[in-house]
Amino acid sequence: MVHVSMAVNGRAASADVDPRTLLVQFLRENLRLTGTHVGCDTSQCGACVVHVDGHAIKSCTVLAATCDGAQVRTIEGLAANGKLHPMQQAFQDNHGLQCGFCTPGMIMAAIDLVNREGPNLDEPAIRHGLEGNICRCTGYHNIVKAVAQGARDMSASATPKAAE
Amino acid sequence: MGVTAIGDSVKRTEDIRFITGKGHYVDDVNRPGQAYAYFLRSPHAHATINKIDTSTALKSPGVVAVFTGDDIAAGKVGGLICGVMIFSKDGSPMKAGAHPALAQGKVRYVGDHVAVVIADTYALAREAGEKIEVDYSELPAVVDLKTASNPGQPAVHDVAPNNSVYNWHLGDKASTDAAFAAAKHVTKIDFVNNRLIPNPMEPRAAVGEYDSGTDTITLYTTSQNPHVARLVLAAFIGLAPENKLRVIAPDVGGGFGSKIFIYAEETVCAWVAKKIDRPVKWTSDRTEAFLSDAHGRDHVTHAELAVDASGKITGMRVHTIANLGAYLSTFASLVPTYLYAALLSGQYAIPSIYCEVDAVYTNTAPVDAYRGAGRPEATFVVERLVEVAAREAGADPAEFRRKNFVTSFPHQTPVIMAYDVGDYNAALDKALTLADYKGVGARKAASAAKGKLRGIGLSAYIEACGLGPSRAIASMGGGVGGWESAEVRVNPTGSVEVMTGSHSHGQGHETTFAQLVSSRLGIPIESITVVHGDTDKVQFGMGTYGSRSGAVGMAAISKALDKIEVKAKKVAGHVLEASEGDIEFKDGKFTVKGTDKSIDFGSVALSAYVAHKFDGQELEPGLKEGAFWDPTNFTFPAGVHICELEIDPETGIVTIERWTAVDDFGKQINPMVVEGQVHGGIAQGVGQALLEGAHYDSDGQLLTASYMDYCMPRADNLPSFKVDSIETLCPSNPLGIKGCGEAGAIASPPAIINALTDALGHEDVAMPATPQVVWRAAQKAVKRAAE
Repeated sequence: MVHVSMAVNGRAASADVDPRTLLVQFLRENLRLTGTHVGCDTSQCGACVVHVDGHAIKSCTVLAATCDGAQVRTIEGLAANGKLHPMQQAFQDNHGLQCGFCTPGMIMAAIDLVNREGPNLDEPAIRHGLEGNICRCTGYHNIVKAVAQGARDMSASATPKAAE
Repeated sequence: MGVTAIGDSVKRTEDIRFITGKGHYVDDVNRPGQAYAYFLRSPHAHATINKIDTSTALKSPGVVAVFTGDDIAAGKVGGLICGVMIFSKDGSPMKAGAHPALAQGKVRYVGDHVAVVIADTYALAREAGEKIEVDYSELPAVVDLKTASNPGQPAVHDVAPNNSVYNWHLGDKASTDAAFAAAKHVTKIDFVNNRLIPNPMEPRAAVGEYDSGTDTITLYTTSQNPHVARLVLAAFIGLAPENKLRVIAPDVGGGFGSKIFIYAEETVCAWVAKKIDRPVKWTSDRTEAFLSDAHGRDHVTHAELAVDASGKITGMRVHTIANLGAYLSTFASLVPTYLYAALLSGQYAIPSIYCEVDAVYTNTAPVDAYRGAGRPEATFVVERLVEVAAREAGADPAEFRRKNFVTSFPHQTPVIMAYDVGDYNAALDKALTLADYKGVGARKAASAAKGKLRGIGLSAYIEACGLGPSRAIASMGGGVGGWESAEVRVNPTGSVEVMTGSHSHGQGHETTFAQLVSSRLGIPIESITVVHGDTDKVQFGMGTYGSRSGAVGMAAISKALDKIEVKAKKVAGHVLEASEGDIEFKDGKFTVKGTDKSIDFGSVALSAYVAHKFDGQELEPGLKEGAFWDPTNFTFPAGVHICELEIDPETGIVTIERWTAVDDFGKQINPMVVEGQVHGGIAQGVGQALLEGAHYDSDGQLLTASYMDYCMPRADNLPSFKVDSIETLCPSNPLGIKGCGEAGAIASPPAIINALTDALGHEDVAMPATPQVVWRAAQKAVKRAAE
């Protein structure tokens, strides 16, 4: 067993875990933060995307032990003071989700895309930026619209950077 | 949001939990003391099992139990069933091979279930599973559906000579042959409708739990139809009586057909939970999903179209070999028969049609319904035939279609279906305008100037939805009815719970169904909760598939609302001291006709429960009504999709430049949700046409068992879509709804292949038209142009 401790959504979390425990297992099974999903086992689908130290990573392919001391943010930690993050709001506004299974990873990846590339994203940039996340329901049409709105709204509000 | 109307694009209420990570899927269910299941699967496509030695596995750390097919047999766990009986044209019943939940004596595909290990953690179960020693004798595998029935092929099931499940037909052969004999021109095509793997993003999962105090099994499962699952598990598999079996399908992350079926893993988890008196959880990994979720499509077809001198279609002849895999999945037999051949008339008036289908067993995963289920295959036949026939006649493909459209309704086709209503010309006209069909010549020239090949392709599809009239389903061999149930429970404070037998796994029922109730009762949508997916809460339901939930599920709710209104008027009459016949209900208010005496819906609800004002003998207290709706006809959504694309002949890369969809779904409750369904369907059709294909090697090993090998459509493979509609109301549906869930997947593959072949100038391109396939086809086109 190895001891890991990290800050998840601003709260300290620690446990002794099997060294092979993946970050996503630590989040889902130890912390019962089940908003982060596992859609594949090959880091292809992106349902498991969370932020570690402010950067998007696929939590199904990272050992919990390697995140010792890290700041982790999951979908559960995005909304603040009862207010949705602008990217969350944009997904609802644009019908950017159907079954909701890919959605947490999609939103976390989209926020990271805006953080990296800035708010002025055209359609090809959004589509290219989301190619690590698979959605089977929406055909991406409304996800692309949602990310464009979310990007604009993130730049209009100061919360996203502060939340990281 | 307040009171919502039918036709409003109301934002989805269920979104809040999904965008905040508070959805509750089966893998999020954790029961106290739960153990984990690992399924040992066959590495061989076809082998006899001589011996299974579980002794080492049983001694492995953390292992609770190991079960094999022998235990399943001893436990009297019945086999998995196929619920639709199809008769061959010689009158003999289909040949259904036994389908045990864990293999008994033989494995029939790679991924077949051999044993289950139960342990304290999943990792320990999996480690122990690798210690089970299975002594197999490998047998030659039948993989290719075209040759599966050839003499000398190994038998997948002893009960099915020549691996034939059935040889079925529909239509009048004699009149069709006569039409061909008299035809001016005959168009012939041969193609493969490629095998697909559904891939909802949530893998299947199950948690079984047993309560020895009440002798009740609870199964949490990723199901599109939990009541049907309970019925099958109780009545056929024999796990427990229906009243001692609770099936819960909570949030389900997409289905597309693949979660209709009753599978081995869920069955075993429920059985084992009772056997060891401990909760058992299983979650599929993605490779297991590729191996063992029911696949879709997989047809080889020869089709012919007879055309007379005036360009009118006079007949159609189709022969299809359909691969059903190693076992008959729950609805497998229905898909390449009545869901397929009954749609071969398309949007066209065709006097005679004859279709023959050979369904075969192979040593591959079971094949069953996948989004569209038979109707995409039919539409591909029809729309490729029509396109090629138009080209061979030198006619404009749009005008050739128009010339043959059904224009008067009702229209009885020669293949069962009676189309009730539609306006195919209106959809075509609108689509041609939106797509700027007239301007495509200039765009082709511009592409050519850049060294690119541009093409445009149409698809005028029709589907039969609203499955379905119970009587019709019986005539097709179905073992269940096609109705849906609903219950509307008004609470004393005027809020409402709607129990529906439909199941939402992405379709947005919690919003759209509530919209209907809000508009009818005049109460805010926030006061309405839609309950589904739990056999303890909803009395019964047939579930969600075949684009049926709007048309059938909402019709049941509407019928229950009619009864609520009748009862509420009686209550209002008592309270207002007026005859119930004098009570009018509008905008959430009951008014005595011609007076200003009125009472709102909430007060009527309270009065109904307080019951102070009426004599219990005369009027029962309470306000709760249930209804079953059984449709009288199928519904016939139809429309036109137009794909315009550009090929780079140097690389074979295809770029979809424009997508135009004009659909007629009848009444749309929430156009935002409807358009979302269309987008998703188109994406799956683009996947079939350009990217996706399940491939087995000649030994029956699945070569495409991960997202690194099976090409899923990603954001940068697709364009934004132009989606519009026309509306003709379905006359047999109380709300005018036809259904919209599968249309995109049905319409799109032929639109793409028609566009590709238009760009290439020849018809020789197979699905999936990957860059390699397109590059070869483009080189052929370039070579032809040079000659």
